[in-house]
Amino acid sequence: MHGIDFDIAHMLAGFLVLLSFLMLYQVRLLPLLNVLAAHAFVLALSVAWQAYIQNAPHLYITAAIALVFKAIIVPIALRRMVFRMGIQREIETVFSIGLTMLAGMALVALSLEVMLPLTAKAEPVVREDIALALSVVLIGLLMMVTRRNAVSQVVGFMSLENGINLAATGAQGMPLVVEISVAFSVLIAFIVIGIFLFRIRERFDTVDVGALDQARGGQE
Amino acid sequence: MNAVIVTLPSWFDPVLGILLIPLVAAAILAALPGYRVSAGLNVVASALSLGCAVTLLFERPPPHSYLMVDDFNIVFILLNTFIGFTTSAFSASYIAHELEIGRLTPWHLRFYHAMFQLMLFGMNLALVANNIGLMWVAVELATLTTVLMVGIYRTPEALEAAWKYFILGSVGIALALFGTILVYLAARPVIGEGMDAMVWTNLVDHARGFDPSLLNIAFIFLLLGYGTKVGLAPLHAWLPDAHAEGPTPISAVLSGLLLNVALYALLRFKILIAANASAIAPGPLLIGLGLLSLIFAGFMLYRRRDIKRMFAYSSIEHMGIIVFAFGMGGPLGDLAGLLQMTMHSLTKSAIFFTVGHISQVKGTQRMAAMGGLTTSHPLLGWLLVAGVVAIAGLPPFGVFTSEFLVVTTTFAREPVLAVVFIFGLLLAFGALLLRLADVAFGEVKGPIGPVHASYLPVIAHLSLVLVAGIWLPPPLVAWFQHVAAMLG
Repeated sequence: MHGIDFDIAHMLAGFLVLLSFLMLYQVRLLPLLNVLAAHAFVLALSVAWQAYIQNAPHLYITAAIALVFKAIIVPIALRRMVFRMGIQREIETVFSIGLTMLAGMALVALSLEVMLPLTAKAEPVVREDIALALSVVLIGLLMMVTRRNAVSQVVGFMSLENGINLAATGAQGMPLVVEISVAFSVLIAFIVIGIFLFRIRERFDTVDVGALDQARGGQE
Repeated sequence: MNAVIVTLPSWFDPVLGILLIPLVAAAILAALPGYRVSAGLNVVASALSLGCAVTLLFERPPPHSYLMVDDFNIVFILLNTFIGFTTSAFSASYIAHELEIGRLTPWHLRFYHAMFQLMLFGMNLALVANNIGLMWVAVELATLTTVLMVGIYRTPEALEAAWKYFILGSVGIALALFGTILVYLAARPVIGEGMDAMVWTNLVDHARGFDPSLLNIAFIFLLLGYGTKVGLAPLHAWLPDAHAEGPTPISAVLSGLLLNVALYALLRFKILIAANASAIAPGPLLIGLGLLSLIFAGFMLYRRRDIKRMFAYSSIEHMGIIVFAFGMGGPLGDLAGLLQMTMHSLTKSAIFFTVGHISQVKGTQRMAAMGGLTTSHPLLGWLLVAGVVAIAGLPPFGVFTSEFLVVTTTFAREPVLAVVFIFGLLLAFGALLLRLADVAFGEVKGPIGPVHASYLPVIAHLSLVLVAGIWLPPPLVAWFQHVAAMLG
């Protein structure tokens, strides 16, 4: 493997981290879904690149899943849902964006600090990919924690899952990657259908998870 | 490097049996319209799986790169198929009533039965998997099927519980996958690329050569990931809702089986970490989380109004005890952990069986609306009393034996921890007996209609627990000790 191969792999992984930060400060749902589509698109590119440099044709399947399912179908489905629920203009109340961004930066620093020394003996392409993948995973978690809206939580989960896919494809020769990405796609499909069901039942006026808590009423 | 042993399955392979029977049954049940036939078939399929699991005691196939059976997981497989079988028997009488009162439609039941078998398939696959990737996929499958069943009543509460379970469970298994990838990364330089580096038997053979720092960070992710599914505090938030809002047979298998499957995955990785001398000792982490869960759940038990929710918190408490015992480790600690796990599964599912019938009679799960059960429904009431006495850790039941073992081994090694541990036990003990007094004795409250209960599963479970409390057969003890030695 040559220098340029690494550089492109790292550039794509770095792009993913950057897009994760973009998600953190999107308070409107539609732009957030656009960023999600871009996130999945970059992941597809990155996986395809790994397939090329590792000479592992099965990874192209994972790339194709990322492209078709995560970059096109899911964002479109979520977008339609947002329109049907009429929450496209809503601005989410998140606590201070500045603080969230700072926390995101701290998480990236943490994952670099933790992973780089650990993987010092591994090949450089694996080393930095894993560190960047962990950053994406942690920012995804941060997003899920700071958002109240179910759609943005799903977006957070999907970006987290993209980070895991990045790590799995970066770990050279890892078996079952395709199977695992299929399993994850099933999971995401279920989540999306789940949100859809909430709406179909029309038992909640909003998909704000806070409102779900109230639905329980005086049970406890 | 020892090569992966591949065996051709002959036409009768019990391991394939415990996987294929539930899978085929799920497909048939999805197509069968009549609920009576389905409930019957559900019982038959579960019984056949149990039969296959029992033959594993006498003869077991050698491990290959996907599946294996060893002394450790056979305990879990037997427990899993046994409780799967008794729960299917309980479920048959339970759902008939749900259909009568119109909480479920025949279509729902078709779905429910198919999912029940699919869940058993997922759990059995997770237990026999010799591949950490396959194990992960199986745990995910089992989670998904239970999510669908928790939400089956379609009430806002049930949907909320399912959603919460789903999101938290997904984050948990995502973190577990990250940990799994890190284990592969640690193994790759030693074992080489490809499938071999995910085969558990290979991993354990070569664990001493792995990079310890990678293993450490992997274990943290696995602990958080699978720990969420075990229901350890502070990752437990999904557990009480999922237990309270789903159908009771599902509460029974969630507590009795699914938590064990997640725990099994965690213990497999604990063995792996323990095999590498320079990696962190997993003990203190497990002890910390275990004690936290025990004490937290102990306090939470006092505030519960819903009977299923209360026993869900009791499951968190017991998972805390079990994880604490495995964290203490040593021959006695591991033995106590295994015993406690077995006893908890049997007792807790028996309790959920009785609670299911009780809440059907009373038409509610609120404890304030039920009372004097031993007067109005003597058999049901006394079975509940026996179950709660057992789960609270009183002699002569088996839970007492295992908790006593945990306390003695802890006292011998870390007296301070033992004091904290006993405080947690007493806390939970007090809460359970306080509630039991209201529900089982005193004046009769709520409807006193007749109950169409299946007592056999409850009695079977509780008598096993009772026998284990009085006399443990020496071969069983020897076996548990052997497994405890494996756990290191």
